Amino acid sequence: MNPQWHNPEFVKKALLLSADDMNRTFRRFAHQFIEPHDTTDQLAIIGMQTRGVYIAHRIKKQLSDSLSLDIPMGVLDVTFYRDDFRTKMKMPEVKVTEIPFDLDQKDVILVDDVLYTGRTVRAAMEALMSFGRPRSIKFCCMIDRGHRELPIVADYVGATVPTHKNEEVRVMLKDLDGEDAVYVINEPDNDE
Amino acid sequence: MTDSSYIFSHRHLLGLADYTADDIRHILDQTDMFREILDRPVPKIPTLRDKTIVNLFYENSTRTRISFELAQKRMGADVVNFSASSSSTKKGESLKDTIQNIESMKIDMVVVRHESPGAAHFLARVIDANIINAGDGAHEHPTQALLDMYSMRQKFGRIKGLKVAIIGDILHSRVVRSNIIGLTKLGAEVVLCGPKTFMPVFIEDMNVRVTYNLEEALAWCDVAMSLRIQLERQEQGLFPSLREYHERFGIKRTHLEKYPDFIVMHPGPVNRGVELESDVADSDRAIILNQVTNGLAVRMAVLYLLSGGSRV
Repeated sequence: MNPQWHNPEFVKKALLLSADDMNRTFRRFAHQFIEPHDTTDQLAIIGMQTRGVYIAHRIKKQLSDSLSLDIPMGVLDVTFYRDDFRTKMKMPEVKVTEIPFDLDQKDVILVDDVLYTGRTVRAAMEALMSFGRPRSIKFCCMIDRGHRELPIVADYVGATVPTHKNEEVRVMLKDLDGEDAVYVINEPDNDE
Repeated sequence: MTDSSYIFSHRHLLGLADYTADDIRHILDQTDMFREILDRPVPKIPTLRDKTIVNLFYENSTRTRISFELAQKRMGADVVNFSASSSSTKKGESLKDTIQNIESMKIDMVVVRHESPGAAHFLARVIDANIINAGDGAHEHPTQALLDMYSMRQKFGRIKGLKVAIIGDILHSRVVRSNIIGLTKLGAEVVLCGPKTFMPVFIEDMNVRVTYNLEEALAWCDVAMSLRIQLERQEQGLFPSLREYHERFGIKRTHLEKYPDFIVMHPGPVNRGVELESDVADSDRAIILNQVTNGLAVRMAVLYLLSGGSRV
């Protein structure tokens, strides 16, 4: 991580979604998730490490608080399935994967913070297959920032935001970062 | 947990002597993630599918070789096995020539077991691939020590402050040396116990204590790690008989009853009725088979962490 990100003089950041916006989005996701289903018996949510897990938790809480539905939730780390990890010099730290239910015949909704190249989603689909054979997999993200490198489209999107490749989209979450917000950060010294 | 600024930067695992406490903790932390893979319906990941690994075994080994090979296959690597008994070594080829020929076939990693201490270090100097030491003479056997420490941590939730008694043939054991180095780095206390003929001189310099009294060690310890007695040591006159060894240094069921807290570990293969009474090996206080499962996960973690970087 570039230490300059924490220095406001080097960073221009613009607020994309406020805490209120995000809460509305969580509520919308909860309703959208159950809309196509007569029963929610086969529905399951899987949060992708790291921020997707926190988003999935919030949607799960929304489902139980306002709709009294207890939807099973799992956590997935896709590091082992990535096709780009070897372009980095050091092996990335692997985080927890925990899917405490049988995936066979489930309608799985994968949740992540930002959809960008689509490579993480591809890796996640491959990873899920080693746990069983879901009946369907859908994908939900808070921000779709474009620049896809694979033929992947999200089923549920918080906001679609055209971005420049030099920009960074940061989804902040209360339980992890102390606030709910989405920022676009323009990093002037980006070497990409 | 290691802190976020930590970076694992090793290319080889030659011995735990070269690794810091943070390096060891990082491997143990990452092992958790691989342990989970082993419980999946499809326990296979594609992470090393671009890697070719040679298992170069100059000494016999069943468990370690199978464990490494399975770890490699679970991660999608191409694996070649070489054992000295059926090879060019018999025709008089030197280790250096053998490995340079193998390296010319574009391999990425070598797992080596050799009877000479320092063999793995030597390979790391003469070739470019990642080297993992799977045992070099009586020097080190780092992955065994890592799986032992992982098993202890799984059982007790910590290594720091743990009281570990290692019992048996200390003199000829590479498992002991790697364990002493790793355990003391992580803050465990180690006591060695065995016949005087199996106790190296100056071993106390490795920050361990020595006792010749098994009862004393078992009364004190949280973990009793018994080591395999190589039966040919008796012919060398290092102990009078298996029966006498068992009488004085074998862990028996009466010990389990008398000291209700310690767990029993053994790197295998067990000589039943020598190091451990058969009932002890089968008791729920013995975590020997769990050690074997953990060994697979530890080796996957090591292969993963070493496979990154510079050859790309």
